[in-house]
Amino acid sequence: MLNRSLLLKFLSAFIVFGAWEIAGHIPVSYAFPTFIESMKALAEMTFDGRLYAAYVETLKPLAIGIAISAVVGITVGLWTGLNNWFDWLFSPIFIVMQAAPLAALIPLLVMVYGIGLTSKVFVVCIMAMPVIVLNTAGAVRNTPSSLIEMGKSFQASRLEVVTKIIIPAASPVIFSGLRLGISAGFIGAILSELKITPTGVGDIITFSRSIADYASMYAAIFSIIVLAVLFLNLLEKIENYLFEGNVRGYASD
Amino acid sequence: MDMLQTNVQTEITTAAQADIAVSVSNVSKNYGDVEALRDLSLEFPRGQLTSLLGPSGCGKTTLLKIIAGLLDPTSGDVLVDGKAVTGPGPDRAFVFQDFALLPWASVMRNVAFGLELRGVAKSEREAIAEKYIANVGLSGFEKSYPHELSGGMRQRVGLARALSVDADVLLMDEPFSAVDEQTRRKFQEDLLSLVANENKTFIFVTHSIEEAVYVSDQIAILLPRPSRVSDIIRPTGLREKDMLTIRRDPEYLDIVDEIWASLRSYVE
Ligand SMILES: Nc1ncnc2c1ncn2[C@@H]1O[C@H](COP(=O)(O)OP(=O)(O)OP(=O)(O)O)[C@@H](O)[C@H]1O
Ligand SMILES: [Mg+2]
Repeated sequence: MLNRSLLLKFLSAFIVFGAWEIAGHIPVSYAFPTFIESMKALAEMTFDGRLYAAYVETLKPLAIGIAISAVVGITVGLWTGLNNWFDWLFSPIFIVMQAAPLAALIPLLVMVYGIGLTSKVFVVCIMAMPVIVLNTAGAVRNTPSSLIEMGKSFQASRLEVVTKIIIPAASPVIFSGLRLGISAGFIGAILSELKITPTGVGDIITFSRSIADYASMYAAIFSIIVLAVLFLNLLEKIENYLFEGNVRGYASD
Repeated sequence: MDMLQTNVQTEITTAAQADIAVSVSNVSKNYGDVEALRDLSLEFPRGQLTSLLGPSGCGKTTLLKIIAGLLDPTSGDVLVDGKAVTGPGPDRAFVFQDFALLPWASVMRNVAFGLELRGVAKSEREAIAEKYIANVGLSGFEKSYPHELSGGMRQRVGLARALSVDADVLLMDEPFSAVDEQTRRKFQEDLLSLVANENKTFIFVTHSIEEAVYVSDQIAILLPRPSRVSDIIRPTGLREKDMLTIRRDPEYLDIVDEIWASLRSYVE
């Protein structure tokens, strides 16, 4: 079973990369390198240390932003889901945040917080936090009422109802919010490097484009996608480990 | 035969009066404008199974939740062992119609969950849970998750959870309505042995007349909203009989007919 899904993953990767390679040879566009060229550029950047240095820069706002978004997002989401008053207070903020055109906000952020790390962390948070908050709050509100009654009937305290019933019951949706939030956070991190000041991976992308080194540009884009996918897979592993029965429990009921 | 039966009935009635586990007096419950229960009074004798029987929407679940302490009555009192109910307590355990199992927890953790909430240490509560898992016939499934079990097995988990906290009163809200007919009959037989062997008071909600007559010591017939008790029937004679032949017994058939006759005018 596992082997088959692994095989399918390889197959789909092979098809995508094969299509990329062929498209690069046609060529689709002057500025579109082949897969192999891009991988060569990627290897080169990895070995001369440029990629590493770039990620040290890029991961800073990304990691800080995602950590803040996850902690604050889940906490605020829990509060808004559990308490109508908080819901009334906070939900509109995050709904507006989710709908706001980020590119238009960036100049405003730069004006207030400068071009340093703070602004970039903000961009990551604005991208990542709303979906985490809204998913968490929605999941908490949708906890099956019979589970809560069950807890109460066995004299659970309010805290126990929250920690032993509501949070685990909400966890699949909280985790899916986290996944969406983190993907958005990656977009935010790159966007901030392209729009605020070119540093890290954003710098490689901007710089390679300016000197028409398209292979390096695609290599940098490719590396960030790979990193995002690996990170999301890791998150899934953590979720499976923490809430084993949940994984198929809801799907089959 | 008739004489004998009347004697038995009087005897039990006097015994019951002396030993009432749960008593509901003048309870009313309104949900906003909806009057679910009006001035309902009913007594539940200790060690017996009382069914609440009535058409859908007549307030059976509402009454059960009020006894459980999960809902507050608009007026009236519920006494369990002479003490007024103000909330859920260790003397009552609930079996849910939809099982209410934690999907992320194994059978073992689900069964032990009531004890976990009551602060019993892990090794101790697992030993107790183990015993009740075996009692309901689920040995070997301790590590399974609810989604890996059939509906009937899930309800056995719910039952084991309620039994393991060793409450005096078991509140069961249509526990067998989500399982198939064969499993349901097996459950009914198991329930009869449970009532006979455990010294617990069972309050059992059902909308099946046959089921109520088959398992009950006392059947309270509730009429549609606003609900009150219209009749109390005690199929006393049936309890001495072999559970395998009850369904052929003339007394069983008579009581089923009698209940249907009194209910049919309320069902449109
Ligand atoms: N939370 C609620 N808010 C408003 N009305 C309610 C609520 N719960 C129940 N009711 C109403 O109270 C009445 C009794 O409901 P209850 O669930 O106790 O009936 P029931 O006898 O258990 O029915 P069933 O056999 O279908 O389970 C129903 O008419 C229902 O519409
Ligand atoms: Mg009901």
